[in-house]
Amino acid sequence: MKLELLGITKRFGAVTANEDIDLVIEPGEIHALLGENGAGKSTLMNVLYGLYTADEGHIEIDGVRQNFSGPGDAMAAGIGMVHQHFMLIPVFTVAENVALGHEPTKALGVIDIAEAKKQVLEISERFGFNIDPDALIEDLPVGAQQRVEIIKALSRDARILVLDEPTAVLTPQETDELMEIMRQLAKSGTSIVFITHKLREVKAVADRITVIRLGKVVGSAKPDAETSALASLMVGREVMLTVNKKPAAMGDVVLEVEHITVLDDRSQKAVNDVSFEVRGGEILALAGVQGNGQTELAEFLLGLRKPMGSKAKVNLNGKEITNKSVREVLESGVGFIPEDRQSDGLVSEFTIAENLMLNSSYKSRFTKGLNINFAARKLIAKELVEQFDVRTPSSETVANKLSGGNQQKVVVARELSREVILLIASQPTRGVDVGSIEFIHEQIIAERDAGKAVILISSELDEVLALADRIAVMYRGKIVGIVEPNTSREDLGKLMAGVTA
Amino acid sequence: MTTSKETEVKVGYKSPIVMGSIGLLTLVFLGLLGRDGMVAFEISRRTDSLQLPTLDIDSSLLGVLAGLAMFALAGFSLSKAIKNLKTPIWVSIVFGLVGVTALLGWLAAEKSVPIAFIAGTALVLAVPIILGAMAGIMSERVGITNIAIEGQLLTGAFMAAVVSSITDNFLFGVMAAMVTSALVSMILAVFSIKFLAQQIIVGVVLNVLVIGVTNFLYQQWLTEDAENVNFPGTMDIIKIPVLSDIPLLGPVFFENRITVFFAILIVPTIWFVLFKTRLGLRARAVGEHPLAADTVGINVGRTRFWWVTIGGSIAGLGGAALTIGNAGAFGREMSGGFGFIALAVVILGRWNPIYASLAALLFGFSIILRVWANQVSPGIPTDFITMVPYVVTIIAVVGFVGKSRPPKALAVPYVKG
Repeated sequence: MKLELLGITKRFGAVTANEDIDLVIEPGEIHALLGENGAGKSTLMNVLYGLYTADEGHIEIDGVRQNFSGPGDAMAAGIGMVHQHFMLIPVFTVAENVALGHEPTKALGVIDIAEAKKQVLEISERFGFNIDPDALIEDLPVGAQQRVEIIKALSRDARILVLDEPTAVLTPQETDELMEIMRQLAKSGTSIVFITHKLREVKAVADRITVIRLGKVVGSAKPDAETSALASLMVGREVMLTVNKKPAAMGDVVLEVEHITVLDDRSQKAVNDVSFEVRGGEILALAGVQGNGQTELAEFLLGLRKPMGSKAKVNLNGKEITNKSVREVLESGVGFIPEDRQSDGLVSEFTIAENLMLNSSYKSRFTKGLNINFAARKLIAKELVEQFDVRTPSSETVANKLSGGNQQKVVVARELSREVILLIASQPTRGVDVGSIEFIHEQIIAERDAGKAVILISSELDEVLALADRIAVMYRGKIVGIVEPNTSREDLGKLMAGVTA
Repeated sequence: MTTSKETEVKVGYKSPIVMGSIGLLTLVFLGLLGRDGMVAFEISRRTDSLQLPTLDIDSSLLGVLAGLAMFALAGFSLSKAIKNLKTPIWVSIVFGLVGVTALLGWLAAEKSVPIAFIAGTALVLAVPIILGAMAGIMSERVGITNIAIEGQLLTGAFMAAVVSSITDNFLFGVMAAMVTSALVSMILAVFSIKFLAQQIIVGVVLNVLVIGVTNFLYQQWLTEDAENVNFPGTMDIIKIPVLSDIPLLGPVFFENRITVFFAILIVPTIWFVLFKTRLGLRARAVGEHPLAADTVGINVGRTRFWWVTIGGSIAGLGGAALTIGNAGAFGREMSGGFGFIALAVVILGRWNPIYASLAALLFGFSIILRVWANQVSPGIPTDFITMVPYVVTIIAVVGFVGKSRPPKALAVPYVKG
């Protein structure tokens, strides 16, 4: 089945997400759609899947013009999609999720659950997925959930499978497994559209690469193209893929963490008896697949969550901060870049200047008695915007008008313009363009070189390897190993999957 | 790879402690410090063809026995808790039944307890709540908060009384009730699905609107011309042959008005549709994750619309049960908060039709308990007695039922890109 997208344009208000995009997917090929976050890849695929209606252009399958008014039509035409955020219902079983929408039924519309399970098992066995059809989705690890999504698409006879950022939530091993699955599927004649921003994966698996930037196709390439060439195509200029840094000059211990156990929102142990220390002048990376306790640990360090048990102890520069409030923790010299800038990092309806003073709203350079010192704030904001290279018309611009990278720079500026002795950076470059990534990385290195202690929480292995002086790998709430940054990807991957040497 | 995530849930000792304390209270106040005199538990009614002997027992002895039985159950619960196992639901139900028996026996010292009468009346009183709760479940399972159950009941009650009186035909009355309540639901559905309005506000407005309209019509029209427009009487009681002769069960379940039979049938039907059929799976999918439902080709808006609307017609029947199924005429604001109780019952029953109906029965029981307690032992403050079932419920919900989980997309409008 040959799929063609011809001249697709999609606008959201004044923003053009896709502009005149042409894309041809040949039968049985793995076609990578490469682009930065926000380049318009997902929008394009949602147009293909009938979730959005294109403003201009159309879709052809085997030369026949299609008119999708909803995902049902796209599915009927043989297009299956594995979304970045899984379209699975957590309280349903695997079989129910797979069957949903095309349920096998007996008399009276009663679901033939035995038949549904059979379908799941059949596909699961054919590709070696190892999925229990009776398991509840919420009990499955993400890797397995993703395979359920693939089963879901295949059970609908999908001949074109769209995978939207499928590796973002996987361990390196799971990623390799997924790539193997993709190759198998392609061999059996299924075409695959593989959406990603990770160059390594594209080169490993794709047959053809189309690069998208700012909603437009900017080029196509073969997988044997130079990595740096692909990167500059994606970003639109030369980028440095490695970070230059001097060897760490380790200082005294800044943060000591002992026997920390923290519960998550569902009262389950998210962090389980964790101990570690960070020295001044070093970057300790907490690596691991998302959802293994990193978020809760960071929230605990900031004072947002309370520890369990009496053995828990946190010392910052020798002073105990175990059960201190967030304000006290911040005042004692902790800077925090939260993982979700939209919900935790910024008040998106506030201006840049207002956001910059969020954590120094009292007795600071921004204030004059009980009032805000507007003149000073304006001056400081202007300086920080320049210093941290925030691309904005003015410092009075509302935060949600900025791109992701520039929003993140505002957060970084706020945290680093204060005197801190410990910086906790949680997923500092998630969803940020490559240019901003470079800049943010430089800033983090600069903090380290100034003798500050840095905790970097990241699920991007590339970032961890580039920045860390030591890497602590978290798995199911425990630190399963603390290793040197020259450890191989493979070994790190094993640790991230809970395999300890 | 498909192993479950580790879940470390501590069961705790809440259940045995609560059970033990209530058992102790029963033993002391209903037993040792209880009232003297024999109690007769009448299983058969005096009019029944098949007469079973009454069970006679001393009131305080019953209290003591019940207290001890409750201790035994608490002990069983404790043995489970030590092994970190949850107390099974049947233990809680048996515990509740034993406690209620002791309470009835205490109230009726030197008198008799007409079990069939109490159970039957509790069921009849619970019917509007059950049907209202079904409307709530059907609506909330697809993700629409339905605060307007009260208004739907009131609409049904009004239309059933008026149309039945004018046409002199109960069937027309019932149909009118169902159709108009469905129309009220449609307003809720359209505003929430099409215009993405705040569902709670729409619900509250609908309630106020229906109360206003029916009050106005009642005053201006029904009271002026009561004989012609508000004098429907009640539907005939139907006795199902053979089944209605079964002792206790017969008079309670098989000798009722059509509204009660309908309620008895609709509850398992909704349960079946919701959990066993394609329609139900799709409805629940829409209520949990509408985008996921949309991506497999389910029309979210249409699903929501029909479930809310049909739910409304069932609430309309619940309203009819108030007038032509029980009282015999329409009265001002006669739904009297039943719609809100139904709303609570939905949550109490964890969005499950069967559990919700059991919870509704509990409310029906506590209404009749107050009336009956007043007759049988006038000296006792009845408000206090009425409180008992609710206290039991709260304890049950907090201690035994556990955290309930509403449909994930409840009250969240679905917007397509």
